Formats: sequence, structure tokens, C-alpha cells
Amino acid sequence: MTDPEKTPEPAVEQGEPGQVPPIAPDEPRAPVAKVIHHDVIDHAIEAPVFETEALSVAYGGKPAVLDVTMKIPQKEITAFIGPSGCGKSTILRCFDRMNDLIPSAAVGGMVRYHGVDLYGGDVDAVQVRKRIGMVFQKPNPFPKPVYDNIAFGPKVLGMKGDMDEIVESALRRASLWEDVKDRLKDNAFGMSGGQQQRLCIARALATNPDVLLMDEPCSALDPISTSRIEDLMHELKETVSIVIVTHNMQQAARVSDRTAFFIVDLSAGEEHRIGRLVEYGPTDRIFTNPHDTRTEDYVSGKFG
Amino acid sequence: MTSESVQTFGAPSPAGKLRDWAFVVLLAVLTSVGLVVLAALLIDTAIDGVPSLSFDFLTSFPSAFPARAGIESAVMGTLWLMLVVAIVIIPLGIATALYLEEYADRSKWWNRLIEVNIQNLAAVPSIVYGILGLAYIVRGPLDLGRTVLAGGLTLSLVVLPVVIITSREAIRAVPPSIKEGALALGATQWQAIWRQILPSSIPGIATGVILSLSRAIGETAPLILVGAATFVAFNPTGLDSAFTALPLQIFSWISQPNEDFQSLAAAAIVVLLVMLIMLNAVAIWLRNKYQRRW
Repeated sequence: MTDPEKTPEPAVEQGEPGQVPPIAPDEPRAPVAKVIHHDVIDHAIEAPVFETEALSVAYGGKPAVLDVTMKIPQKEITAFIGPSGCGKSTILRCFDRMNDLIPSAAVGGMVRYHGVDLYGGDVDAVQVRKRIGMVFQKPNPFPKPVYDNIAFGPKVLGMKGDMDEIVESALRRASLWEDVKDRLKDNAFGMSGGQQQRLCIARALATNPDVLLMDEPCSALDPISTSRIEDLMHELKETVSIVIVTHNMQQAARVSDRTAFFIVDLSAGEEHRIGRLVEYGPTDRIFTNPHDTRTEDYVSGKFG
Repeated sequence: MTSESVQTFGAPSPAGKLRDWAFVVLLAVLTSVGLVVLAALLIDTAIDGVPSLSFDFLTSFPSAFPARAGIESAVMGTLWLMLVVAIVIIPLGIATALYLEEYADRSKWWNRLIEVNIQNLAAVPSIVYGILGLAYIVRGPLDLGRTVLAGGLTLSLVVLPVVIITSREAIRAVPPSIKEGALALGATQWQAIWRQILPSSIPGIATGVILSLSRAIGETAPLILVGAATFVAFNPTGLDSAFTALPLQIFSWISQPNEDFQSLAAAAIVVLLVMLIMLNAVAIWLRNKYQRRW
């Protein structure tokens, strides 16, 4: 750490949208740090599922990602891409308040879910997570039978109805039913990695969320399992909105309708790595005609 | 380096081979020291004790006549103590471990104080707990007298730190991704702990509890201090009953001058060891059966 006096103020207090601390105000802000919100303001997305305004997250008072303003459309696949440490997973985890689990994390700015401020004072994080599904980087099935894995969410939610039907329908939606219908009582740990990840998707779908957040869901999987999950995402976007964080540019290009490109901003010094949203727009445009040179360099493989 | 010099690796030096061999032998000898001593002890005890073992020995009460003396009241006393210890340490140990692992904020000094104290308490000699039990449980505020309940509570204090530490380890062994998965589905922290984390850590907790019970079974010093009797010719009838326990019975017979009592003590040791081995076997079986690679 440098002299504490120079350290930026703890990022943002809750409920003060836009109060983003200046980063090294003495230095002239390089054009690199200028953030362009393509499509965010110009092309209004009708009835977005999520809408962020100057969203910022700090860990232990150190800003990790700053000033993200974007709208996530319904029933589409939105991909977050960018180099490691650019804050794309951190932003994703704001959408179902999973950052609450990290005691040192502070979220500033605004996230709205169907117009409701997710970080509003009267919003219970548990209720938020009941509406929004999440799939993690590494498949994390519970060490229990397949059936119990799926049934956990509906039970916690107190869902009414025939549990067998709920389980079957969730497994069918994750195109896993044919694989596991004869071994619903087997422990999920006996399945392959790809099956485990589809089980985690089925588990998330069992509670009928209208959004599925996926945090690098294929990074631990082989190419065949990956392509099955990508096919599945295409089927699922008929009914749910999907936000996927991925390290894999090709995957973003293959599956997503919209792509958001994040970078690590080092203009405040090497020890202040700050994630920023650089460009956001329709995936084909981001990959064929990026407006920002950094996006162009990244999607053409010059860095990252 | 040229390719020619690579072709000649040379034979291993005889001195190096000898050193390797000597080192292995040294380790084997050192390992066997402990095993040989233990085996000698067990065999010696078995030779002394097995002849006195009989069904009558197990089902008779202590007596002034060696030929009629038995350990029924001691075995029953020990079982009663184990019952009290289990009932006390399982909820207390798991609750404390859950608090420390899942709820306690380590940035608060009182939580760190609790942690350090539990670590230290695990190393406190059991006789100190005996004094504590005598002052506060047998007499003092609780004033329970020399009863099964007082003995069981004192033994619980002795093993509680170990139960807490092993339970914490079992809970910590459940990867955070399991908790994250449960919370992401909209479970409350309580639901995530109760339905996912705790069931996944039960085998580890059970192993710790059983090993603690097997330590409590052999404890003698605290029971002497809380004033368990050594000559009890009846089985405990309840928590408020006077009692003796196997280690106390052994202690009492060993201190008798009559040689016949010495072999009775050896026989009682064999019984105690069998109970210990059975408990530890269950613990090992549990651990292996539910061992999980995350």
C-alpha cells in the first residue's frame, strides 16, 4: 500500500448513486479511462431485467469495479467479457446480492431488477436470490442424490405442487432427464463434470427464476460438455434472461446476443486495479465493428 | 554437455546405497519402539487378566473376596457417565463449532478470545477440571453431590474443547461452494447450515464425538476428585445415584496388597481396552464410510 493519505476514499456509501471517488485526481485523466456507454443511453432497452447506474463495488475500501451503467434486456443472453480482474464476476454477483456474503464488500450506485432497487433498505437478499438463479464456475452439486439436489430449492421456497413433477420438469429443461431418470437416487457426485453442471442449472431452474446468472459455467468443462451447455442456453433463453460471465471470447460470440466488455483500468497506478465497463452492445457489432480501440484489441486477441 | 557424456550415467555408489538402506532401517527401528512397548503392555495385561475374565466377573459387584468380585457396577457406572457426557457434549460442541465457523466475526476481539481459550482449554490437565467439578458442580453453586450427573458434567468439561475443535474442522471441510450454492437458491443462512453444511459434516463430527467419549472413558483423575466411590455394590439407578467407573475400580484394585486383586485389575483393564477399541473402531469405520473427496 502507498501512503494512506493517497489511497482513494472507501469507494461508495450505499444509497449515494454516482458518488464515485476520483482516482488520482492530480493526474490528467488519460483517454483510456474514458468510459463509453454505447447502447446504454442511446438505444433504450425496453423493460430491462436489470438496470445499473454508476454501479461500483469496493473490497475493504478499495474500489474493484467502478461506474458501471448498463441495461440488461429480457429473454436474451448477455455476455460479460474481459481480462482477469476486470470486475465482470463482481458485477454479476451484484445482481443476486451474492456480494453480501463477503463482509468487506461495499456496493454503491444502483441496481434495479424490474425497476426495483435491489440494494434498497427494505429488500431482503434472501428474497432476491429466490427470484434469480445462479450457476457457478465449478459445478457445486450438493453431496446428495440427484433428486434431493433439485428438490432443495423448491422446498426452501415452500413451492406447492407435486415434487416429482417439479424435479422432472427442471431436469427436462436442463436436458438432463434422459441421462438421470433411472438414477435419481444416486449421489450427484458420481456424475461427470458436464452432467454436474447441467444438474446445477436444473437446480437453479427448479424454482422458476426469470433470470439465470452464469459465472464462467464452462471453464471447468471439456469442449463437448461446453457445447451441450451452450445449446442448452439457446433453448433456455426462450423462457429466461441469461447473463453469462466468460473468459472465452469465442463462447461470448457463439452464445450471446449482447456483449459487455470490461477492462482493468491501471491509470490510478499498478496497485489500484479497477474494473470498468468499456463497451456494451449487440454481440455481432462488438466483434465486427467495435467502437473502442481497446475492445478491438481484445476481441482480435492483442491482449487479455 | 555433449551427448557422449550423457550416455554414461554411472552405477549408483555403494556408499550411497548403504546410507539409504541404513536410514530406512533406522526409521523402522524407531517406529517399532512405540509399537513394541505397547504390544508388551497389552500382552502382559492380557496374560494377567484373561484368566480372571468370566461371565461372572462381568456380572458381579465388587467384593472383599477376590473370587466373588466383579465389575458390573463399574461398567454400568461408566455407561451412565458416557450417556451424560454424550448428551452434554453433542449439542454444546456442535453449537459452539457452528457459531465459531459460521457466525462469529473474527474481526471482533471477543470471538478471537473465545477461540484462543478453547484451544488452550484442550490442553488443560484433566485434574484441573476435577478441581473445578468439585468446587462448582459437586459442591458450590450446583451442589449436585457425588452423583452420576456431577461426574458426567465434569467429564464433559474435560472433553468439550476437543469436540468443539474436531467439529469445527469437520464443518470447515465442507467447501464454501456448497454454502454458496444453497444461498444462491434463496436459502437463509440457517437453512444452508441446517440442510447442507451440517449433514455434510456429520461423519466428521461423529468421529470427533466418539474419540472424545473414548477419552472420557479412560479419565480417572477428575472422577477421583469429584469423589466417585471406589466400592459400590449396586448399579446406578439414575442421574442422582452414587457411582463408580471402570478406571476407578482398576485404580482401587491396583492399590490392594492382595495379589488376586491385581489380576482382577488386569482383567478390568482388558474390559476397558475392549470398550475403547470398539469405540475407536466405530469412529474409524464412520470416517472411512463417509469419507468424501470434494
